[in-house]
Amino acid sequence: MSWSSSNYLCLSSSSSVTRFSRCKSPCESEGQRGKCHDLNRPTNISAYNSLKPPSFKLDKGQRRNDHALKKPRNISAYYSLKPPPYKFDALEPYMSKRTLEVHWGEHHRGYVESLNKYLGKDDILYGYTLDELIRVTYNNGNPLPEYNVAAQVWNHDFFWESMQPGGGNLPILGLLEQIEKDFGSFSNFREEFIETALTLFGSGWVWLVLKRNEKRLAIATTTNAVTPLVWDDIPLLSLDMWEHAYYLDYKNDKARYVNVFMDHLVSWNAALARMARAQSFVNLGEPKIPVA
Amino acid sequence: MVMASVTTLASHLTSTFTYAPEFCRLSQSSHSSQRPCTRKSVSGTISASIDLKPPPYALDALEPHMSKETLEYHWGKHHRGYVNNLNKQIEGTELDKMSLESIILASHNKGDILPAFNNAAQVWNHEFFWESMKPGGGGKPSGELLELINRDFGSFEALIQEFKLAATTQFGSGWAWLVYDIEDKKLVVLKSSNAINPLVLGSYPLLTLDVWEHAYYLDFKNLRPDYISTFLDKLVSWDAVSSRLEAAKASIEGK
Repeated sequence: MSWSSSNYLCLSSSSSVTRFSRCKSPCESEGQRGKCHDLNRPTNISAYNSLKPPSFKLDKGQRRNDHALKKPRNISAYYSLKPPPYKFDALEPYMSKRTLEVHWGEHHRGYVESLNKYLGKDDILYGYTLDELIRVTYNNGNPLPEYNVAAQVWNHDFFWESMQPGGGNLPILGLLEQIEKDFGSFSNFREEFIETALTLFGSGWVWLVLKRNEKRLAIATTTNAVTPLVWDDIPLLSLDMWEHAYYLDYKNDKARYVNVFMDHLVSWNAALARMARAQSFVNLGEPKIPVA
Repeated sequence: MVMASVTTLASHLTSTFTYAPEFCRLSQSSHSSQRPCTRKSVSGTISASIDLKPPPYALDALEPHMSKETLEYHWGKHHRGYVNNLNKQIEGTELDKMSLESIILASHNKGDILPAFNNAAQVWNHEFFWESMKPGGGGKPSGELLELINRDFGSFEALIQEFKLAATTQFGSGWAWLVYDIEDKKLVVLKSSNAINPLVLGSYPLLTLDVWEHAYYLDFKNLRPDYISTFLDKLVSWDAVSSRLEAAKASIEGK
C-alpha cells in the first residue's frame, strides 16, 4: 500500500516497541482507540502541556504572578488537581520548591488536564471515581489510552501524601510491628526498599503495599504508570522514581535521593493511617475469641 | 568515527550471530558438560573491554540547543555509568571481550533479557545518539536519503511529523528511531521503551533521539515537544543518517 493513499498513521506494538505505518483504512474504522492517529487532526499530546493558571485560589506561599490568572476561564473538568498537603517550600532542603513547582505544577497538572481532555472528547468513562477509573482503564493488562494519565494523576496524589515536612525517622505502633514481623527489622526493610529503588530501570514507582491475599507487607516496583491498585493490593507508601522527580535536585544521584526520602521525607503517619484503613478490608491478626 | 561504528554494525548483520562458549556457559545454556560461568574475583581496576567513547564534538559544541551541563551529566555520568556497570557485569564472564553488538544480542536472549542487556544496550544507544547530532545540525537531508524519505513517507515534512509523534508519545523512558527495515527495504519510524533498540529487532538503525527525561530535563524541564523540535531543527546530523543508510544498503546487498 503506498503512502500516498492514507493520511492515517497506525501503530502496532509488540513488547516494548511500537511501529508506525500508514493505516489501510481510516481511523474511524480501525476500531482501536489510541492506535490510530489522524494526521490531519492535531494530536492529543498527553501530559506535556505548559503551565496554565490554576483553577483554584492559591494560598500566600503559592501565589503566582501570572497575569493570565486574572482572565475569566471557562473551566469544565471531571477530575481536579489536588495540591500537596503542605506548601511548596515545606520540604526544603530535601525536595526543593522548584521541584514541587515543576513536578506538581507542570507534570501532575499536565496529567490532570490530559485526562479531562480525554473525557471531554469521549465520556463513555464518565462517572467513575479515580480508583475505579484506573481499574477500568487498565482493562486487565490491555490498557486503554486513558490509563496512563489517570493512573499518573492518582499516583502523584498518593506520592505527595506519602511525604511530609519533618518526615523520616521510624514508623510507630502497629505499622512498626507489622514491618518487623514481615521484614525482620526496620533496617532490613529500609535496605530492601532502597535497593529495590536503585535497581529499578527506566521510569517507575516503588511501593510499600499490603498484600491482600497473603496478609503481609511487601515492597513492589511498577514501571511507568502501573499501580498496585490494579492487582488489588493496598498501597501504603510510594516513591516516584521517574527522573523528573529528582533530576532538578539530585541529577543522576538516585542513591542520595532515595536515602533522603527515607530519612527526611517519608510520612509514616500517612502510611499508618492507610494501614489502619486497610485493616477494614484485610484481617491482619488472629481473631481474639474470648474464653467463656 | 561515524564510519567506524557503522562498519561494526554492518558486520553483525552480514553474519548470523554464533558464538562458541569455550570457557564456560551462561546459566540458561544447555551445555551441561561445561562449567557455569562464575565471575573471577577481581581486585583493583576493571579490565573489561567496553570503552566510554566521547561524542564527536566538544561538550559545549551543541550550545545553546543542548547545554554543556546536559552533556556533562548525560555523557559524563549517565553514559559513563552504563559503561562502568556493564564492564563490572561482564568481567570474567563469556560476554567479556565480545563486541558491544554481540553482547547486546547475547544478553537480549530472544526477549528473556539477561542482566547485562540494559547496560549494554544503553551504552550502544548513547554512542549512536551522540553521533546522530552535530554542531550546526538540522536542515534537510539530500540525495538518496531524501529520495527514500519521499518514497516511504510522502515528504520530508511527513517524516518529521511522524518522528515527532513517536518521540512525544513514548510514555516513560525510551527512544525514538528512524530505521531501515531489512525485510521490507523501507524506512520506518519506531519508538521503543527503556533500552530496547532496533538491533534486537533485526532493523538497521539510522537515527535516534533519547527521550529519557535525563536527556532534556536540565534544558527543557517537562517540555519534551520543544526538545524534540530543537533536536530536529538544530541538532540532527543528516550526514550521519545518510552514511548509515549507505552502509545498511551495502550490507544487505552483500548478503
